Formats: sequence, C-alpha cells, structure tokens
Amino acid sequence: MLGKLTLSAIPYTNPIIMGAVAFMLICVAAVLGAITYLGKWKYLWTEWLTSVDHKKIGIMYLILAGIMLLRGFADALMMRAQQALSYGSNMGYLPPGHFDQVFSAHGTIMIFFMAMPFIIGLMNCILPLQIGARDVAFPLMNNLSLWLTAAGAVLVNVSLAVGNFSRAGWLGFAPLSELHYSPGVGVDYWIWALQISGIGTTLTGVNFIATILKMRAPGMKLMRMPVFAWASLCTSILIVAAFPLLTVTLALLTMDRYLGMHFFTNSLGGDPMMYINLIWIWGHPEVYILILPLFGVYSEIVPTFSGKRLFGYTSMVYATMAISVLSLIVWLHHFFTMGNGADVNAFFGITTMIIAVPTGVKIFNWLLTMYRGRVRLETPMLWTIGFLITFTIGGMSGVLLAEPPADFVLHNSLFLVAHFHNVIIGGVVFGIFAGVTYWAPKIFGFRLNERLGRAAFWCWFIGFYVAFMPLYALGLMGATRRMDHYDVAAWHPLFIVAACGAAIIFSGIILQVAQVVVSIRQRELTRDLTGDPWNGRTLEWSLPSPAPAYNFARIPVVRDRDAFWDMKQRGVDLKGATFVPIHMPRNKAAGFIIGGCAFVLAFAMIWHIWWLAIAALAGVIVTLIRHAFDEDRDYHLGAEEVRRVEALHGRVAARST
Amino acid sequence: MNCPDRSWFSRLCRLLPLPATLLLGGCHWALLDPKGPIGVDERWIIETAGGLMLLVVVPVIVLAIVIPWRYRASNTRAKYEPEWSHSNKVEAVMWSIPIVIVSILAVICWRTSHELDPFRPIPSKEKPVHIEAVAMDWKWLFIYPDQHIATVNEVAMPVGVPVVFHITSATVMNSFFIPRLGSQIYAMANMQTADNLVASVAGTYRGISANFSGGGFSGMTFKVKAMSASRYRQWLAKVGSSAKTLDAKQYLALDRPSSDVPVTYFSHVNPDLFAQILMGKLSAGRALAMAATTVTSGGETGPLRRD
Repeated sequence: MLGKLTLSAIPYTNPIIMGAVAFMLICVAAVLGAITYLGKWKYLWTEWLTSVDHKKIGIMYLILAGIMLLRGFADALMMRAQQALSYGSNMGYLPPGHFDQVFSAHGTIMIFFMAMPFIIGLMNCILPLQIGARDVAFPLMNNLSLWLTAAGAVLVNVSLAVGNFSRAGWLGFAPLSELHYSPGVGVDYWIWALQISGIGTTLTGVNFIATILKMRAPGMKLMRMPVFAWASLCTSILIVAAFPLLTVTLALLTMDRYLGMHFFTNSLGGDPMMYINLIWIWGHPEVYILILPLFGVYSEIVPTFSGKRLFGYTSMVYATMAISVLSLIVWLHHFFTMGNGADVNAFFGITTMIIAVPTGVKIFNWLLTMYRGRVRLETPMLWTIGFLITFTIGGMSGVLLAEPPADFVLHNSLFLVAHFHNVIIGGVVFGIFAGVTYWAPKIFGFRLNERLGRAAFWCWFIGFYVAFMPLYALGLMGATRRMDHYDVAAWHPLFIVAACGAAIIFSGIILQVAQVVVSIRQRELTRDLTGDPWNGRTLEWSLPSPAPAYNFARIPVVRDRDAFWDMKQRGVDLKGATFVPIHMPRNKAAGFIIGGCAFVLAFAMIWHIWWLAIAALAGVIVTLIRHAFDEDRDYHLGAEEVRRVEALHGRVAARST
Repeated sequence: MNCPDRSWFSRLCRLLPLPATLLLGGCHWALLDPKGPIGVDERWIIETAGGLMLLVVVPVIVLAIVIPWRYRASNTRAKYEPEWSHSNKVEAVMWSIPIVIVSILAVICWRTSHELDPFRPIPSKEKPVHIEAVAMDWKWLFIYPDQHIATVNEVAMPVGVPVVFHITSATVMNSFFIPRLGSQIYAMANMQTADNLVASVAGTYRGISANFSGGGFSGMTFKVKAMSASRYRQWLAKVGSSAKTLDAKQYLALDRPSSDVPVTYFSHVNPDLFAQILMGKLSAGRALAMAATTVTSGGETGPLRRD
C-alpha cells in the first residue's frame, strides 16, 4: 500500500536531523497559524497562489529563493564546521553518510532552488516592465513554472524528514548514483526534485523568449533593448537549449534505477562516461544561465548610479551573445582528467579561455561607464564594485583551470571549489543582492534599509575572502574536495580560518534578514512615491511603484536605448487623459494543482507507491484537459477602473480632451 | 623548513609578514613544491598563466576601486560626460588586451596539453617500471606484474626511473592522484587509463583519490615511497616475502567495501590479475553480491557505511 515507505524512514534517532526537522515544522506551523489567525487564506489563494500576474509570481520566486538560501547556507555552515573539526583523531560530528548528504544538498539547493528562483524571480518582476509589456506571453504557464519549481524545492526538504537525500554530489555522477552503489531513496529524491523543477525552468525559458521577441513596446528594436533584456533573452535561449538535456539525462538514469536498464552502469555495456558528458553538456550552459542575467543587472545598475549612458552597448550585446554560444562548447573542461587525449583537451581548453575575452570586455565596459560619471555609492553600487573585484579574481582562477595540465593537479581540489564560489558568490549572489536592492522600490513599493544593507555587504565581502582564500591555498597544498576527515596538520588552521569566514558571511545573512524586517516595518519612511527613486533610465521607472496590475495604462513608444531617460529629457508627460479598457488574464488554479500533483507523483515514485503515482499523474492530465475546456480565461479591466487606479498615483491629466 | 624551492611564487609567499609565513610557509604547498619533472612543468604553467593574467587583473582591481572613488558624486571637480558612451579606439584596445593574453595562453594550452598528456611516455634512458593500480571501495590495490607482488595503499618506485601506472577501477569512478608528482587521471571500471610519472627526489608522498566515491572516500589515501634503486630492490624483496597471497577468493574478500585500510603486502600474485579485473571477470558486482552486510573497517567489523 505504501511501497517502501515505513515509519523507519524517519531518522528519529539522529538528533541533528530531528532538530532541523523540528525547526522546519515550527516555522511552517507558525506561517500557517499566522495565515489562519489573520484570516488570510482566501486572500492568499485568490490573490497570490493562483495569480498569473508576473509581478506577484516574481515575488513568490524571490521568497522561495530567500528561504532556500537560508537552508543551503545552513548546509554550508555544517560543512565548514565539520572540516574545521575533523582533523586527526577528531572525526567531527558528522558521519560520512550524513556529510555526503549535506554537500549534495548544499549544491543542489544553491543552484536549483536559490540561484535559479532568484534570477527567474527578478526576470519576472522586471522584464515585462522594462520592455513595455503588460505581462509575459503565457501568464498561466508562468504560474505553473513557479509551482513546479516549488514542488522540487519542497521535495528536497521533505527528504530531510522522510528517508534521506542523495550522497552522490549535486550532479549525481554515475555510476555512484546507480542503484548498485546508491540503493536508497536519496538519489531518487534528487532525480525527481530536479526533474520537476527542471521542466518548470524549461517552460520559463519558452515563456521569456516569446515575451521578449513578441511583446516589446513599439519602437523598441532589438538593439534598443536594455542589456538586462538582452541577457534574459540569451539566458532563456540557453535554458531551452540545455534543460531538455538535463531532462533526458535524468530520465535515462531513472530508467537505470527503476527498470534495470544499463545506460550508465559499470556492467552490461553501460557507459558512465556518457553520463558525465551529458550532465555537463547541460551543466556548463547552466553556469552561464546563472551569470548572464546578473551581467544584465550590473549593466542596469552601473549607468543608473553613474548618471551616464552604458559604455559600449553594442560590444556588451555581442559579448553576451558570444558567451552564450561559447558556453555550449566548453563542457569537457569539467573532466580533462578522464583521459580524453591531448587534442580534445586542448580544444576545450582553448574554447574555455576564449570566453574570457567577451567577459573581460564587459568588465572594461562597466569600468568605462563609471569613468567620467557621477557615481553614487549606494548599496547596489557597493555590490557591483564588490563584484568587479571578486569576479575578476574568480575569472583568473577559471582561466588557470582551463589549462589542461594545470587542471591535472587542480581538478576536484579545494582550489576548484574556491574558484566556482569565487564566480558564483562574487558574480551571481552579489548580483542578486544588487538587483533586489536596486529594484526593491519597484517590486515592493519601498526601499530597503540602507544602513543594514551596507553592513550586510561588508560582512559578505570580507567573509567571502576569509572563507575562500584559504581554500585556494588548500587546493595548492593538494587538498581535495568532499572530505569528511583529513590527517594533514598543515591544513587544519586554514580550515579553521575558512570556518570563521563562513561565520562572517552568516552575520551578513542575519543582517539581511534584519534588513528585510526593518524595511517592512519602516516602509512608510522609504516608500517610493515618484516611481523613479534612483533617477533611472529604463521603462520600469516610468511606472508607479509598485506597478499596477496592468503595468502600462498606455503602452509607451520607445525612441532611444535608455527609453525613460530619453522621455525625461524630452519632457514627455506620463499623465494620461483618456483611458481604454485593458485585456487581462484571469487568475487560475490549474498551475497550483498541477504543481501539487507533480509533487505527489514524485513522492509516490520515490517510495514506489505505484497506485498513488498513477493517481497523481491522472490528476495532472485531468487538470490539463479541464483547463483546455475552460473558456473563462480573461476579462477586460474597464477604462473607468484604469482611470481610478491611475488617479491614485496622480497620473491622470487635469484637462481631459 | 628547508625545502629546496625555486618557485618564485613560494618565495613571494615567504616575503609575506610573519603570521602569514607561519601559516603559509614551509613545505606544505604540494603543488608548488613538486618532487618530479611533471609536477615542475605543471607548476610552471600555473605560475606563468597566473602571472600573465595578473598583468590585467591587478590593474582592473585597482581601477574598480579608483574610478568610482575618483568620479564619486560628491567630487564635483571631476569631469562629467553623461553622454560619452562610445569610442572605436577605446573599444579596440578593450577587445585587444584579453585577445592578446588569451592567445598566448592558448598557445601554452595547445603545447602543454600534448607535452604533459598523462598517457605520453616520459623519455628516459632508464627502462620504465610498470605498476597496475586498481581503485576499490575504499582503498588502492597496486600490482607489480613483473615481480608477481601486490600491495594495498602503498606503492614504491625508484627515483629517476619513469613509472607507467596502468589504472582501472573495481568500483565507481575515482581519480588517481599523487599531488607531489603531478597529473591525476580517472580510474574507471572496465576501462584502462595510464599515468606516466617520475620522482626526482626520494621521500614519502601522499597519494589520494581526487574524485568522490562514497562513504570511505576520505580515507582512500596511499603512501608513495620514492627510493633509491637498492632500497627499491629491498622493498620488492620484502613484499615478495609476504605470507599473504592474492588469489581469486582473497581478491573478492579484499573487494568488499572497507575504509581506512592499513598497508598490506601480497606475494605470488597472478600477473593476469589486472586483466581479469579489467575484463570484469572479478567484477565488483559479483563480489558485492557475495559480500555480507558487514564490512571490515581498518581490521574491525563495523556496519556497512553505504546505505
């Protein structure tokens, strides 16, 4: 009846896991209790969970990502603590089987459920506003993407309480992830969490390609798009190009594990090397899917806070496209040490280095944008300068690793771990914080607390160097990654320093949580009444903060790259006199229901509860068919209603013509 | 702390203030203080490529601090050109700098990828020593086919003589790596890779698996003893006199998952053992199927560390 699921699946003898589970349950209970106490269930359901408004979906993505950042960081602290302790006769506090789950969960969560939702959240919140659109191309599909991603995130966290998580690393390398070597449910949790959220991400890619290509305001030619829109377009194309590969690779591994097939096994003709290739053919573009939108964010922040046009827009666009194309032909640099032969290694080494050219050009572009500007050193700009410094170092260690013979000694070492945290924290995470701070007034209607934001920046910036510079050194000392224990005396002090760095970053995260709380409490002090708090240059700043449900009462006409800057220069009046009804999509429950069914389907598959899996799959299909026959999908917001909302923001011209 | 060290990077490290020197100095920098020519060449690449890139990276970091400070909003004396956003000359320079550096690095990449290919035999007047290495859960088995001996977690090699490691795995992927000597390479089941290394200085070095392989991974280390020719012969004789042998039955016992395994010597080893492992005749699957739910852990019986 319940497949493999029994009460013994709950690790109630492990105090660390049970403590974490109890904490999680208390948080969930507190949130659910608060919603019930405030009587907000109906509001939550009709206004948020079923919403097809890209701005609300974006906010829900950001919340999901924020929570997952805390979870993923807790894993990071546990690893740093284990490695700081576990030297010589001290075995630390985590047995190998647990430590292996912690590092696997850390990578999986940080990439799929922290970085990706933050990026997709920012794209949702801002992109349609920036290109003068009223929503994304497929609003309900957008809602579905969110709930598929959320279903994956919940699965990873359920694995903490029921069963266990994968011990095979964040990419589940075969044959270690095969049934023979990982017989438990851990790898299945990993597979299904990624499979479901991956499909959500693919749909997001489709959605944003269609939105950017088809829904730009009149006059916004491709070469007039803001760089963030360009970066989002390239990322979406990479998503559509790469994510189906992840889906197929995971499906093949699933068949190996569930149906006894031999795609990637050691025996009967299986080829584990094929798995490593396939997963990295997806995995390397994934790295650029992460970083490109943040390059876009920096390209918005630097001109705005320098009071100056972006230097070398054309170079920036071509560099972004070049990086996108190159990112598809470098995957082999993740395994120079598999014995590929010198020609193959050299080819992929050189393609990898070539990526440094467009990336270097971008760095120069940002520097030259600040040059002869009027740079306001507010929090988003601090993150950007922190990025320029940190990312340059990370890029350098990356190019070093692209030399195959250097990689022969640095591969899989802590040098590598330091490198990719150097680019992911320095590039992606700093960019996310810069972007959230920059666009917070547009998304939430008020600015985030400046003092706490600055303090958090310094903790992250200093903490990063204290945490990861020792790892570079450890790598050069021959320390490899993923060790739960070591016996080399010289490494011990460096691991302790790294743990201190993690603690400094932790204080940064605490300050950020405080920043969110304080900013919400003091929102009346920092409320953005103008819609343009930073003297912005792109269309999102031409709207009230937060933007009304329909975004633009009148679709703007674009005449320049910095569309809103140009409108301000020409003195274009944003007030409207006449209003027309606006065609709007209706909120629908289908996305949430399909996401819920997908979660149940995955859970049932993990525990081999076949009847439930069939029922959940039927639920997905029935919901899809029902939705296909649902004709009540849209409505028109009346002209009077539009006028009323615009008037609230003081956007109705006094004289009606 | 007297390690013969010609690396400019290591010398630079010694110039750091005292606390940093105490922390960073000494002979712990395995990759910057290699004990064989392959490692020395690889250190050269790390230093050269790193140095070349620092030529750009340092100025960029300085500019990333100086420019925003010089052009801060409160400094109204600085020039302000809000519309300046394009210059062909500047862009030409901007694209050229990384192109030049990457071109140099690309040439280094192509040449050294070939010169330092782990499969490439090391030219030498000495006849190379052949050693077969098998990654197991979670220990390394070394077979000396010419001497009919085998060891677990210890490998000896004569100084100055090229060694060809023939590598496979009896389990998941691992990576065979001796940081002080250079190049690592994956150990994969049913496949054979090779690693050509040579030690130029006698000593005992650390060998590891550099690719995560499961519960006992951290303890999957081995000792590499580089020794003079006469000592090497003594060592071979010592192993050859071991009472333990390694027939199929004992191999299967060894194949059971175990961690932190002490050094063990075997004599009278079938020289075809490696080929049999490679062809899956002694496959891990069959051995595991025979294994009970307990494994030996450093001689003690403990619960299976894999779930």
